[in-house]
Amino acid sequence: MKKKIDKEQAKKVAKLSRLQLSEDEVEEFTHQLSAVLDYMDKLNELDTTNVEPLAHCLPITNVFREDCVKESLGTEKTLANAPQRDGDFFKVPKILDDSSGA
Amino acid sequence: MQELSAKQLHDQIVAGQIKSVEATQAVFARIEKYEPMLGAYISTFKEQALSKARHIDNKIAAGESVGQLAGVPVAIKDNMCTTFGATTCASKILENFHAPYNATVVEKLLAADAVIIGKANLDEFAMGSSTENSGLKKTVNPWDTTRVPGGSSGGSAAAVAGQLCFAALGSDTGGSIRQPASFCGVVGLKPTYGRVSRFGLVAYGSSLDQIGPVTRTVADSALMMNVIAGHDSADSTSVAEAVAPVCDYLEKLDEPIEKLKIAVVPQFNAGAESQVQKSIADAIDVYKKLGADIIEINMPHLDYAIAAYYIIATAEASSNLARYDGVHYGHRTENPKDYIEVYSKSRAEAFGKEVKRRIMLGTYALSSGYYDAYYLKALKVRNLIRGDFINAFERCEAILMPVSPTTAFKIGEKINDPLTMYLSDIYTIAANLAGIPAISIPCGFDDDNLPIGLQILAPAFAEDRLLRIARMYEKETNWHKKTPPILN
Repeated sequence: MKKKIDKEQAKKVAKLSRLQLSEDEVEEFTHQLSAVLDYMDKLNELDTTNVEPLAHCLPITNVFREDCVKESLGTEKTLANAPQRDGDFFKVPKILDDSSGA
Repeated sequence: MQELSAKQLHDQIVAGQIKSVEATQAVFARIEKYEPMLGAYISTFKEQALSKARHIDNKIAAGESVGQLAGVPVAIKDNMCTTFGATTCASKILENFHAPYNATVVEKLLAADAVIIGKANLDEFAMGSSTENSGLKKTVNPWDTTRVPGGSSGGSAAAVAGQLCFAALGSDTGGSIRQPASFCGVVGLKPTYGRVSRFGLVAYGSSLDQIGPVTRTVADSALMMNVIAGHDSADSTSVAEAVAPVCDYLEKLDEPIEKLKIAVVPQFNAGAESQVQKSIADAIDVYKKLGADIIEINMPHLDYAIAAYYIIATAEASSNLARYDGVHYGHRTENPKDYIEVYSKSRAEAFGKEVKRRIMLGTYALSSGYYDAYYLKALKVRNLIRGDFINAFERCEAILMPVSPTTAFKIGEKINDPLTMYLSDIYTIAANLAGIPAISIPCGFDDDNLPIGLQILAPAFAEDRLLRIARMYEKETNWHKKTPPILN
């Protein structure tokens, strides 16, 4: 039987998932995920033409609260777990390329 | 003292017969002795626990009123946020994460004067059925240390069974409280979705996750529910008391249900090992003797629960775990060459294999071109499964089935074959998809002296009835009184 996903697709999914996988992992996951997806085909035995999708079991409605100011965590607590910080900011590598000199 | 149930211990502490400090010291003495063998805990808080215990003892001595869990040493699964210690989810990505707030259940335990002694091991981010996916440590089954404790709340179940605490909290997304409770011979309750606040529970599958107790007795489960159940304005999926009021789960616990009608699903149960089937049949006989009417029903869609679950849970997980980006908290890779690598290398370095697999599977199921075929299809099947339960509960008060098709399996036996591991969740998953409460209680042992669990499922918000039905069986049997031989 043809595999559900090949290595190229697995790499694409890894990219979407923001996971930098090794070649070995790509190989392993391609094989394992194909087996799992084959099993998922079982769902196609069921005719669901007139069945509504159920994302949530309870009749849950949107919850509003009073629009009032409440205490928040504060800067120190918010930054306490930051891998890198710079003053009152989270520090990350440069995101925009400024080589154009603009 | 360690054989006492949480409720017995609490009663004796309040009566002044035992001091909480003594109970807490006794627990830590056992932790010192057995924890190196069992590996149930990721962290423990001896000084803090003893100081809390002394505080409770002083309150009692001064005649002040105390909470429902006053003085009782309890453990929590390490995917619930605490301002003390780390909250790791057994993941390298959160190994050094210190939560800025307590989960609502932690606040409730503290308000009930419980003594929190430690945070228990789990499968990384609660993804697994054996606790072998923990990125931080290995937990074994107290009944046989070559076997898994079950998962994902394996640390909680091993700690309760190994008497390294008097009760614990776990979380259950697809069986993660009930299956380890079954493997370790203790009681595990997954409440109705929305009954217990998820605020501060690190999210895995948000429409399925629910916190619940792991205990030695049904009464302890009721006691823990008295403390943790109820509406929480911080959790928008928490159900309002007006919709479904919480009750005192202990009050009528010992009153049997009159004219009890229980359903079994013979064709579905046939997939379990013969010794498991035998124990379930014996349990059915116990209920028959108690006067229950046993009916056989057909639930045609239960066979599809695993396929639907592993699409829905992984889809939700892929979204929930997007927050681990190496920016705000958690592990960040050393020398990223650009900002994309901050995400992709940090995540690749710190997530374990099962977490990566589930993120991949969920991302695939949600991705363009596959969404309808997998995710949407799974949601429709979920509705059919819920329909099976709605139909069933029109004819009965509860459904009985196994918790797991097997007893505890060997460490390493299934870890390299994800699909086989997923298939072991066959009996527990449907309750999460349908949002209903279900409990696992000890109902026998196999030839290897490994515990077998009986699962009882009830309609949404019928925890009081579910616990009473479980108690009816417990009163008639002694399985819950057995303790792992290596600990004696």
